[in-house]
Amino acid sequence: MVKQAISIPGTSRQTKDKANAKKGGAQKVLLGGILPLALVIVWEALSRAGVFPAYQLPAPSVILSTITGMAQDGSLWSHVGITVYRVFAGFLIGALVAVVLGSVVGFYKKAEHVLDPTIQAFRSIPSLAWVPLFILWMGIGEPSKVTMIAVGVFFPVYLNTVSGIAGVDRKLIEVGRMYGLNAYQLVTRVILPAALPSFLTGLRSGLGLGWMFVVAAELMGASQGLGYLLVVGQNTLSPETIIASIILFAVIGKLSDWILKIIEERALHYQDRAVKP
Amino acid sequence: MALELKNVGRTFDGQTAVRNVNLSAGEGEIIGLLGTSGCGKSTLLRAISGLDGNYDGEIRLNGKLVDGVQESAGFIFQEPRLFPWLTVLENVTFGLTGKAGEKEKKGREILRKVGLGDSENLYPKELSGGMAQRVAIARALVTSPEVLLLDEPFSALDAFTKMQLQDLLLDIWKEAGTTMVLVTHDIDEALYLCDRIVILRGRPGEVVHEISVGEPRPRPRGSTRLAELKTDILESLDLSRS
Repeated sequence: MVKQAISIPGTSRQTKDKANAKKGGAQKVLLGGILPLALVIVWEALSRAGVFPAYQLPAPSVILSTITGMAQDGSLWSHVGITVYRVFAGFLIGALVAVVLGSVVGFYKKAEHVLDPTIQAFRSIPSLAWVPLFILWMGIGEPSKVTMIAVGVFFPVYLNTVSGIAGVDRKLIEVGRMYGLNAYQLVTRVILPAALPSFLTGLRSGLGLGWMFVVAAELMGASQGLGYLLVVGQNTLSPETIIASIILFAVIGKLSDWILKIIEERALHYQDRAVKP
Repeated sequence: MALELKNVGRTFDGQTAVRNVNLSAGEGEIIGLLGTSGCGKSTLLRAISGLDGNYDGEIRLNGKLVDGVQESAGFIFQEPRLFPWLTVLENVTFGLTGKAGEKEKKGREILRKVGLGDSENLYPKELSGGMAQRVAIARALVTSPEVLLLDEPFSALDAFTKMQLQDLLLDIWKEAGTTMVLVTHDIDEALYLCDRIVILRGRPGEVVHEISVGEPRPRPRGSTRLAELKTDILESLDLSRS
């Protein structure tokens, strides 16, 4: 009796929710698309009318043809490829080190006392200040760039890992203990799953910083990459190259965040959130 | 004796929370620990459970000294404390060891018993408070504990759900003959469920009174006998002074 009364409206409500979410999603995309579309049209029109001088702000169509031109001669893919590779490598290294250190600091009070003050002190250094030093140490090749990005990714992932582990509900740990779980089982079956939401948040903000730092790293000295295109555009007085590069950064950055967001939603589907994605 | 406490006390940083508790429970007995808040009844239960090992005195479960969490004890907390990332069935089978198939079979069986047979794939976010506490009860029972410890298990539920779950608990008791220690501040609940009610009072808390409820179950909730006992308990709690 009781279970039926509760579970049946529950399931029907869910399917309804899903249908609504789909409809709402499409509507949201439409609504959110109006303004950018209007801006692009106005921009194009004003550029053609000669209001914006082409050597400062080229028309959207010119930028688009710059991108397609690069795609056709193949240079686009190598620029995008190398930038994505740098972010990916830096992200992987930074996140990995952050997870290891963050877990140690999160689990062991002693480790926190030993390590955390130093890490916090390093955090207060604006990360871009490392750039000259890294170039001095590692040259302007890949290692200095990847290290740079790794440093940027490290801190948000580290902080969120620590707070995720330290913030696990003591009451849930008690349940685990009540069932005789040993320390290892407590970690894998209670603490890690409970810390997962915070950890994933860290990964997403870490990735965002990774994209920020790849620009800095590539501006400093690179012969390839989207950041290099920015420099080229500036030196050859071609704003369309700069804007094309900016747009590519935005698109790829958003795409990578979107992938992480999907992973996050899949992993945290159990969460009871007020705002459904 | 299924459970025996000798001179049990607990001191936190020099502050004594509860002291000199002597108590025993026979197999299949339901003991109520009743008292106003702060009298150390939950502290006592945590000591019995083995979650809190720093108690004074001696606690024995089935003759074995409690020096850590005992396999023979199950615990139902005030809140359901379900793992939000596990389904209902996974939550129930959390404490089981062995093959997955057998665990699930056991879990489904116990879920049917608590009336949640077709909710096994739901996540805790989709449960009402009463359903969640049913899952918690199932989780505690699935390991077939000999002693079940309950820390105000129904205090967060509405009156009707509370009565339903109290009856559910009695059904389980009838079937499995589990010894239970129930911490509560609800006098009616204690009278409805318990064979004996131990009343704690004061800071630090001490046992001031013990009442045997000799009534056969199921007890009519409004009976005059229970009402008399309630008056008795209220007197010994002496609420006017504390």
